[in-house]
Amino acid sequence: MVVPASCTSVVVGTSPKTSIGMPVVHVPFASAASVASGIRESLLINNKGDIHVIAWAGDGGTADIGMASLSGAAERNSDIIYIMYDNEAYMNTGIQRSSSTPVGAWTTTTPIKGKLEQKKDVAKIMIAHGVPYVATASIAYPHDFYNKLSRALKIRGFRFIQLHSPCPVGWRFDDSQTVDVAKAAVETGMWILYEYKDGKLEISNPSKYLIEHNSFKPIEEYLKIQGRFSKISEDLLKELYKERERNIEWLKKAV
Amino acid sequence: MIGQNKQIERKVMTGNHAVAYAAKLSRVQVVSAYPITPQTSIVEKLSEFIESGELKANIIKVESEHSALAAVYGAAIAGARAFTATSSHGLLYMHEWIHWFSRARIPAVMAVVSRTIGPPWNIWPDHSDFMDQRDTGWIMSFGMDNQEVLDLVIQAFRISEDPSVFLPVMVGLEGFILGGTAMPVDLPPEEEVITFIGERKQPYSVVEDRISIGNLTSPEDTEEIFMEMQKAMERSKELIRKIDAEYGKIFGRSYGGLINCYKCEDSKYIIFTMGAWSGDAMEAIEALREEGIKVGLARIRYVRPFPREEIRELIMNAKLGIVFDRSISFGSYGPLFEDVAASIANDKREGKLVNIVAGLGGVNVTSEDFVKIIEKNINKFESEGEVELLQWYHGGEVMGY
Repeated sequence: MVVPASCTSVVVGTSPKTSIGMPVVHVPFASAASVASGIRESLLINNKGDIHVIAWAGDGGTADIGMASLSGAAERNSDIIYIMYDNEAYMNTGIQRSSSTPVGAWTTTTPIKGKLEQKKDVAKIMIAHGVPYVATASIAYPHDFYNKLSRALKIRGFRFIQLHSPCPVGWRFDDSQTVDVAKAAVETGMWILYEYKDGKLEISNPSKYLIEHNSFKPIEEYLKIQGRFSKISEDLLKELYKERERNIEWLKKAV
Repeated sequence: MIGQNKQIERKVMTGNHAVAYAAKLSRVQVVSAYPITPQTSIVEKLSEFIESGELKANIIKVESEHSALAAVYGAAIAGARAFTATSSHGLLYMHEWIHWFSRARIPAVMAVVSRTIGPPWNIWPDHSDFMDQRDTGWIMSFGMDNQEVLDLVIQAFRISEDPSVFLPVMVGLEGFILGGTAMPVDLPPEEEVITFIGERKQPYSVVEDRISIGNLTSPEDTEEIFMEMQKAMERSKELIRKIDAEYGKIFGRSYGGLINCYKCEDSKYIIFTMGAWSGDAMEAIEALREEGIKVGLARIRYVRPFPREEIRELIMNAKLGIVFDRSISFGSYGPLFEDVAASIANDKREGKLVNIVAGLGGVNVTSEDFVKIIEKNINKFESEGEVELLQWYHGGEVMGY
């Protein structure tokens, strides 16, 4: 598993021990996908192709500083699984905005107005690369995530999973609420679960049901359980509704 | 007589192709590179070798130099003999990874086809890009001609993968002057090159070992890692000398180890250079010797580890040492001079040292220029006993700074 600079760099523990039951390669920020590609080609040339290579990176290491190397690996259809755990800001350096931060969210670099720009849609960018597998997942739906990862393991080529992962510290809620917040994101349509394989897009449940029945909860129900949206303006709230609508419309057309 | 009955193939090729052939003869398994002038023909030639099946390797055509070295690192930690090449801005873009690589103690080889640094845009050669990497923990060699470049790349794999060293190695050559200029190059038989280098060796592998590499450590542990690198650098000096001699016995070419001396033995004046312009300096030595001036040339082949022992001995026996730098540490001196001067920091001596900065941005320096600069300094030293410490040679004039 290849890990660029991120909270995970800290979580796995200090050298020489590791809390993860597989070899872990820590790498500088912008290079998770490239190092994973290199490991993969090394395995292939040495007839060890049965070993999987996974890159595990945050939204900063993926959507921002790592975007070029990610795009390069996707375009080369490098035979790796890339998991972006998306906590929607630079949490390891202390809650600064990333391009994956949603509109209206407070961070230490959007301290007064909240973020004015919309969230960069990395999964959609990966689909645009025409890679064999792209999925969105949420830590609130572990079976869905597990099934997607299992399917990804059986496919060859570049596979990408964007895992929505609320951060209690950065989003300003109590640790005990983590799963509830993640679930609320899906129930309000602020995070939509889907899977793209063999050139076809399929929306996963419960997002599929919610879209079919047009039964998303009001976005406010997701916002009010976190501190980071406590000062969101009416205008930016409207932006969030528009963004949700755009995402749903795009998915409906893409299915 | 050495190499007489060997099947040596001689080809006329550019320095860049000599690099590509050396990588092929060393049986690299993974190549990753991003094109940049004047390096590009290396990755082009390697692509051709790989696509034609002449070289059984995988090539990763990345989107940047930062990713090129990252991919080479991934390949190397998973057990492959891996290689990349770059120049100038590409090398600078890699800089983060250059440090990361050596600190991980992973063997690999990179060719640096040197080119100056912009702005302004300029593709001509000097040593600014190469010398900028001198604090990165890579072993750094620099060739004078295409044959030496081929030999250095082959030896680089052997040095890098030696368990007493386990550091990456970069091999420098000037763009265009060597990189783009064709000369005859002897290609040693591949089987003998492989026997010489041996099987791939590395301190650990992420495939064989369940390890975590590069994660957090204490300041003390970090410092110890750096201390070990310094020790490995010092150890590598003897290894480099030994390998140079061994290579000579097998392939018929030995260069003298960390430095190459030309008429140093009885010299009262010692000239220090690095790279292709050393050939022009040698012609200047010839001309000056014809005038009865006892001058010799010490060509620096390895910048890291720096050959302080060899250089100290040469300077202690000379009246005047003139160090030519093709790059500058702005606000200080040329980087070669800094290291040469540090080599004799605690020695009492009568002689003097001079630093000539020249040839930056690709400015051509001819053997006549060398004669002019050397003669002027020798005359001043002999008549006044003093010389100006730092001089910049530009537009045919020596300017003090």
